[in-house]
Amino acid sequence: MSGRFEGRRVLVTGAARGQGRNHAVRFAREGADVALLDLAVEEMETVAYPLGSRAELEETAALVKAAGRRVEVLVADVRSLAQMEEAVGRAVAAFGGLDVIVVNAGICTFGELATMSAETWGTMIDVNLTGAFNTVRAAVPHIYGSEAGRVVATASMAGRAGWENIGHYAAAKWGLIGMVKSLALELAPRGITANVVCPSSVDTTMMKNEASYKLFRPDLENPTLEDALPAFQSVNVLPVPYAEPDDISDAVLFLASDQARYITGATLSAAIGVNAKNI
Amino acid sequence: MPRFDDKVALVTGAARGQGRSHAVRFAAEGADLVLCDRCADLGTVPYGLASAADLEETVAAVEAAGGRAVALEADVRDGAALARVVDAGIEAFGGIDIAVANAGIAGVSTIAAMTDDEWQNMIDINLGGVFKTLRAVAGHMAERGSGRIVATSSVVGRLGAPNIGHYVAAKWGVIGLVKSLALELAEHGVTVNAVCPTSVDTAMIQNEAFRELFLADQTSYTPADVERAFTELNPIPIPWVQPDDISDTVLFLASEEARMITGEAVPVALGWNARTAA
Ligand SMILES: NC(=O)c1ccc[n+]([C@@H]2O[C@H](COP(=O)([O-])OP(=O)(O)OC[C@H]3O[C@@H](n4cnc5c(N)ncnc54)[C@H](O)[C@@H]3O)[C@@H](O)[C@H]2O)c1
Ligand SMILES: NC(=O)c1ccc[n+]([C@@H]2O[C@H](COP(=O)([O-])OP(=O)(O)OC[C@H]3O[C@@H](n4cnc5c(N)ncnc54)[C@H](O)[C@@H]3O)[C@@H](O)[C@H]2O)c1
Repeated sequence: MSGRFEGRRVLVTGAARGQGRNHAVRFAREGADVALLDLAVEEMETVAYPLGSRAELEETAALVKAAGRRVEVLVADVRSLAQMEEAVGRAVAAFGGLDVIVVNAGICTFGELATMSAETWGTMIDVNLTGAFNTVRAAVPHIYGSEAGRVVATASMAGRAGWENIGHYAAAKWGLIGMVKSLALELAPRGITANVVCPSSVDTTMMKNEASYKLFRPDLENPTLEDALPAFQSVNVLPVPYAEPDDISDAVLFLASDQARYITGATLSAAIGVNAKNI
Repeated sequence: MPRFDDKVALVTGAARGQGRSHAVRFAAEGADLVLCDRCADLGTVPYGLASAADLEETVAAVEAAGGRAVALEADVRDGAALARVVDAGIEAFGGIDIAVANAGIAGVSTIAAMTDDEWQNMIDINLGGVFKTLRAVAGHMAERGSGRIVATSSVVGRLGAPNIGHYVAAKWGVIGLVKSLALELAEHGVTVNAVCPTSVDTAMIQNEAFRELFLADQTSYTPADVERAFTELNPIPIPWVQPDDISDTVLFLASEEARMITGEAVPVALGWNARTAA
């Protein structure tokens, strides 16, 4: 399946590692030039696990280069529209335009709504919802000229249901879906599509960290990954604890491909069957 | 490498339209095909269904694409006939890896004016036929510990629409069926999904009954009027998609790339779905 994205220019946010890195490398291996955007600061207020580092972002860049494609490294905070416009401007200057926008950057924190701090709520909405808007706002005008303009955003099964302990994350992801469906309608006359991929759990640091193990195994003092695996799996329908980043890339690249040119405003659940219990 | 080398795909309603397209596309990517169709008209359907000659033409097209095919006349309302189709496929090719429940009919009537037969044929074919197709392969796939099932619903399987209430009800039902079977077969490594098209350029919509429905207030109309009326349904401003566009998604859902996708209904609907919760 090589070459579906020959000559296309792709922006991926949250590209330092995890799913974002995987999407970037998969696009590059199929012929795309890729702009890699990440905050590249390991610590963020309210977030209990390290985010992507500068070194990880450079590692993603090396992987894209190894695939023989052009790469642009963009350090920016999706929470800042000014930073996003500046960063996207550099990618556009380097590549001469953009074709595909992958809205992937995100964080996960835990807490009950009744006791959640305003900062935990606010940081979540700022990164996972307003960050997505800022990405769209900064980048979408640059795909108007594309022959194959695509927006693909990553929501979550928590964007289609309620979930205890992540009410703020669910609110942001529901909001993201509403935003992308509306964007799809606005872009439809141009033949540009905008879609959402909804994973359940994915094998990345967002899932694999101590705060997450503790949430899934509150009965243990210091739960390990091994302790958490059965609990991870119990959420899913197919008998696996999580999908691999490659599985989510399969869905993202499908939606970005020519084969999905008439799919827009859709929420594609690559969610290990969790969606089978939902609408 | 072709995605479906050494795979066997069963397609119902394969004599023409989307079913033929799926069959030929699977063959072009390496699969052998098990095909069936009713091959006869039906009283309550206001346009002609496919013929035995159409089914022969699909077989020829599959072979031209490099695949082998077994084809049987079978009505999806007939569970015994579907069992024979499945058996013939297993006999010819050793098993069935992929099943596409595609056969279907359309009809036009308000619910208040609908006859018992119109309702019953619709539910029996578009919902009951999908149930019987899924049932015919479910045990076989579970036993083998792998399989891919794709059923054709519709964008109207997730919303209400006037004048086709029986079709809408059946297509909603297909999604419920697909999601439930996805849960039942998950532990056996079988995925079950639906595809939800908007209008597709096939005989199902390119007929007098549908043109009249869409242009009820006009006494005469041109092809351009028809295109305009269909285009109004779709945010991406074209009247309909091609069978090939639906095949793209059916083949994706049947491929290794969709191994973590099950119980899902994917709209190929030019954005109509963007106005809904689904
Ligand atoms: N891992 C899962 O189980 C899972 C499940 C469903 C949805 N998701 C979603 O998938 C997406 C990718 O997450 P992941 O699993 O790869 O996690 P990850 O933590 O490995 O990657 C997220 C990346 O986003 C970056 N980022 C965070 N805040 C940023 C900001 N303000 N500006 C710029 N970059 C920022 C991080 O530095 C990191 O590199 C997220 O939107 C997440 O909500 C993840
Ligand atoms: N064409 C559209 O606009 C559209 C839109 C959404 C969904 N669909 C669905 O797509 C599927 C394929 O339809 P199409 O567009 O290719 O139309 P089509 O009429 O060209 O093809 C349908 C095929 O199913 C066969 N069939 C009908 N009843 C049968 C029965 N009882 N047993 C066996 N075979 C039977 C017909 O003979 C025909 O070959 C259907 O399920 C339809 O409801 C169509």
